[in-house]
Amino acid sequence: MNTAAEHVEMESLEDFRRRARAFIRENLRPIARREHRDFTDGAIADEEELAAVARSREIQRMLFDAGLAGVCVPREYGGLGLTPAHQQVLNEELVGYEFPHHLQSPTMSPCMAVLLDFGTHEQKLRHIPAILKGEEIWIQFLSEPSGGSDVAGALTTAVRDGDEWILNGSKVWSTGAWWSDWALCLARTNWDVPKHRGLTVFMFPLDQPGIEIQRIEMLHGNKEFCQEFMTDLRVPDSDRIGEVDGGWTVGIGWMFHERMAMAHNEPVITWPPSGGHGISDPGVLVDAARDAGRLDDPLARDLIGRGYMTTLVGGPLQRRLGEGIAGGHLSDQAASIGRLYGWEVTKAMMTLPFEIAGATGAAWGDDDGALRGSGQSYMVRQAIAIAGGTIEMARNVISERVLGMPRELALDRDVPFRDVPRGPTAHR
Amino acid sequence: MRWELSPDQQFFRETTARFLVDQVPVATLRGLRDDPAGFPAGYWRKGAELGWTSLLAGEELGGGSISGDGLVDLTLLAYEFGRHAAPGPLVPTNVVVAALAAAGAAHADAVAGLLSGDRIATWAWMEATTPERFGELTVEIGVDGEDVVVNGVKRPVEAAAQADAFLVSGRTGDGVTQVLVPADAAGLAVTPLTTVDLTRRAATVTFTDVRVPRAAVVGEIGGAGDQVERQLQIAAMLCAAETTGAMQSAFDMTVEWAFERYSFGRPLASYQALKHRFADMKMWLEASHAASDAAADAVGAGGPDAAARSSAAKAYTGEYGGELAHECVQLHGGIGVTFEHDLHLFLRRITWNRAVYGTPAEHRQRLARILIEREAA
Repeated sequence: MNTAAEHVEMESLEDFRRRARAFIRENLRPIARREHRDFTDGAIADEEELAAVARSREIQRMLFDAGLAGVCVPREYGGLGLTPAHQQVLNEELVGYEFPHHLQSPTMSPCMAVLLDFGTHEQKLRHIPAILKGEEIWIQFLSEPSGGSDVAGALTTAVRDGDEWILNGSKVWSTGAWWSDWALCLARTNWDVPKHRGLTVFMFPLDQPGIEIQRIEMLHGNKEFCQEFMTDLRVPDSDRIGEVDGGWTVGIGWMFHERMAMAHNEPVITWPPSGGHGISDPGVLVDAARDAGRLDDPLARDLIGRGYMTTLVGGPLQRRLGEGIAGGHLSDQAASIGRLYGWEVTKAMMTLPFEIAGATGAAWGDDDGALRGSGQSYMVRQAIAIAGGTIEMARNVISERVLGMPRELALDRDVPFRDVPRGPTAHR
Repeated sequence: MRWELSPDQQFFRETTARFLVDQVPVATLRGLRDDPAGFPAGYWRKGAELGWTSLLAGEELGGGSISGDGLVDLTLLAYEFGRHAAPGPLVPTNVVVAALAAAGAAHADAVAGLLSGDRIATWAWMEATTPERFGELTVEIGVDGEDVVVNGVKRPVEAAAQADAFLVSGRTGDGVTQVLVPADAAGLAVTPLTTVDLTRRAATVTFTDVRVPRAAVVGEIGGAGDQVERQLQIAAMLCAAETTGAMQSAFDMTVEWAFERYSFGRPLASYQALKHRFADMKMWLEASHAASDAAADAVGAGGPDAAARSSAAKAYTGEYGGELAHECVQLHGGIGVTFEHDLHLFLRRITWNRAVYGTPAEHRQRLARILIEREAA
């Protein structure tokens, strides 16, 4: 009855590594440190950004064609059905090479991870292979202008109209929405129940009437942040994910994946260890000290040692959390510990080069090498403590959900959402 | 400590944990404050019977590991020592066993004495130094005919007054030499120091023309640099594991306190200002577990990342172990700074481990050197 083809032996880690290495060396370009630019770099020209996104899509397609995409995604959805250990091997082999960094977070996780957890078979078939081929870049429609941490207090409203829903509202802080394809959106479908019980999750393409995307300039000139306005946007009911008013069930998984993705601790995320020449690569500290002429200065070396220590502890901690959650030793809320530590790493790496740079951190020229822009990066560092869930929320989750301490007083619990105060009132 | 232990490792860890609760409960630890040795008679020998000193010696020397990686097994002991603020020269004795075992059968008799617990040896490595010169040795080990002659000062040397022998690391010209010096050698003077830990003893050891036969040399004359580096990695990694155990105990006590202590009609655990500090402490604690386990794996495997991993664990646990212990004191209020309360037992152990075998600043200098060399390669 069964054909032999159904009993495919799982590829060994060694074979997978050989295959990944051969493909990477033959097809991908070695990159210089910090060549993959991100929002910490300040203003990026649109043409440069679009070309980089196009290259990310192209690499993703090459990985897919080579049988190296979606390592831990089930085969029926275009993945390889292999293990997190295989993904780790791919990550290791990518060190020092270009990789499709625009397609990792939020596309692979949390968006694709949420689809895998909560989507219907048809929804997965329609989107997951397309994501793995680099054809769909996804964005999160989660935070709103009225509040970021209080995610379940979303005001974006979806009203049913036959087989469709009509959405109105605004979402914000979505990085790169202007070049993305699809959105995962949390909306309110019921105002007469407490806030967590009246939410529903939808997905829709961005390029359509009813969605207006505006870009937001950050303090250092970067324009990757966006705000979106939905005006009578029509979404078919078949693009609803999870139950009507059951959006918080999806939302909890969504935020878990977001925290894990922030820490690059997700088996669906492809990201070389120690930052892949990104902001958490401690080598940038040596570059800074060299360009500041301070390689032999014990004070600069102390800063290098501090940064290296902080990054060296990060990998084992994320692994410990991942294994602890998988093995049932830790609540999956412990992902917030990884989110908090991720901030420790970023804070160090966005502060120490500036510290090493001395006055060049405040004023630099084209010939200042790795010291260029270190002051910009320092000034915008708090963005990492806000995006993907603030560190204050992470601390609430750790103390309340991991250590079991009493919850903060909430005046919106067990109250119909329409009666929850949303601003100061003149009289009480 | 790692999540998954083998049944044998689990049994090994639990046996020592039970032994420590039974033999050196906190009341006993307080009583040992003025004890010259810092531990009760017979304690160390019984511990040795449980395997405290035999994990880093091969079976041919009468030792053996539990899991195949004796260093990883030893971190389970170090962790329990930290959790119970246990007395005894666990780190230096095991470093000496590792050094003697690495030298083959030449010192088999000395190893046998350490494995049985009948004898104690300690590592005379630390010297008064600065972060930039960390690890440089000024003690001289000269060659004179069939003898070697030791001159210089080591401090602090743990358990110096209890030790039967000292493994002295010094320099011979530009090379590094190690020699096993008996405690009763002529010209060797032990001057006790005051320590931060209730049960850890230490002294300054002065060597004035201390003469021992060449057979006492451990490894090659002038060729022990790599071995000394490995010993430092072992010591750093064990201190990190022990500090993690002490952090765990201090943290658990303080979490329990936060639920039981009420102010303004609410438990301390209900205040967000305090909850957020507990969240940070939990992060430091889990990071310390992860860093010290990763260091044990790396040093155990002897790979190229052993130096960086052990220094990262030592620097991190030194810095954040201290932060966590002080936060625990602060969250206890006045009772936290009393001798009566148990917290200081763990604060003391964390403080000791922070300062010995390289401070956080000294290990940051090491990390910087490692990274700069890696980048230059």
